Amino acid sequence: MNLLIFYILAIMAGVSALMVVTLKNIFHSALFLVLTLFSIAGIYILLGAEFLAGVQVLIYVGAITILMIFAIMLTYQISNKNIRQVNEQKGYATIIVLLFFILSLWTVLKTAWPVSDGSLPERNTFELGRQLLSTYVIPFEVVSVVLLVALIGAIIISRRDSQEEN
Amino acid sequence: MAEPTLLHYLVLGAVLFALGIFGLLTRRNAIGVLMAIELMFNAAAINFVAFTKFVAPEEIAGQIFTIFIITIAAAEAAVGLAIVILIYRNFKGIEVDNINFMKW
Repeated sequence: MNLLIFYILAIMAGVSALMVVTLKNIFHSALFLVLTLFSIAGIYILLGAEFLAGVQVLIYVGAITILMIFAIMLTYQISNKNIRQVNEQKGYATIIVLLFFILSLWTVLKTAWPVSDGSLPERNTFELGRQLLSTYVIPFEVVSVVLLVALIGAIIISRRDSQEEN
Repeated sequence: MAEPTLLHYLVLGAVLFALGIFGLLTRRNAIGVLMAIELMFNAAAINFVAFTKFVAPEEIAGQIFTIFIITIAAAEAAVGLAIVILIYRNFKGIEVDNINFMKW
């Protein structure tokens, strides 16, 4: 049963990711990105990471893609179909991506992964929160500083210079 | 029916990462490039969570690192889109192959 659900989610994620990188209309790409991220949230639930699935839906689907759709609306002429979306590197890129994919597939299949018999902690989210504030408290604080810097940086970068306007 | 194994998830991650590289190399639109980068972040995150379940399930370090990946992705999207807006204001377009004034 789980295998069937995995295949459905994986095919959904793969096909919509293909749409994200190939569609002509960048707005449709953003909508397919939402579908990809939803399927990945389902994959997280299959992997026993319920908290991450919730975070994925809230932050990726709810915030990041909406931010991207905002940026598309602000910058791109959606009605103008004449703008080329793909550059001249398409052939070379296909070859390189296929080579990369074969290489990584080969690595995945050849490596003897040390698969463990244990199971995830009973209360997964509880354990996650406990470790985040004990073992990983320093990366946690650093990442909050990174978020603050990104917030300030985004405001400074996109602010209109007041002297320029006068 | 059987359970999906570690290999299933790793192959899915490889497919998504390869598609992300393809989008990164071929898109002319700067927002398209950012979306391809988000795909690659997600491929890496799937690998982290899969390794947590199958290789080291008692210590859930992979899930914690996935939280960090999602946080950094949010910061990256905010700064990247601010840069895109600024480029649009200065160049009247966001096609990345037209923006080459730092190339000589």
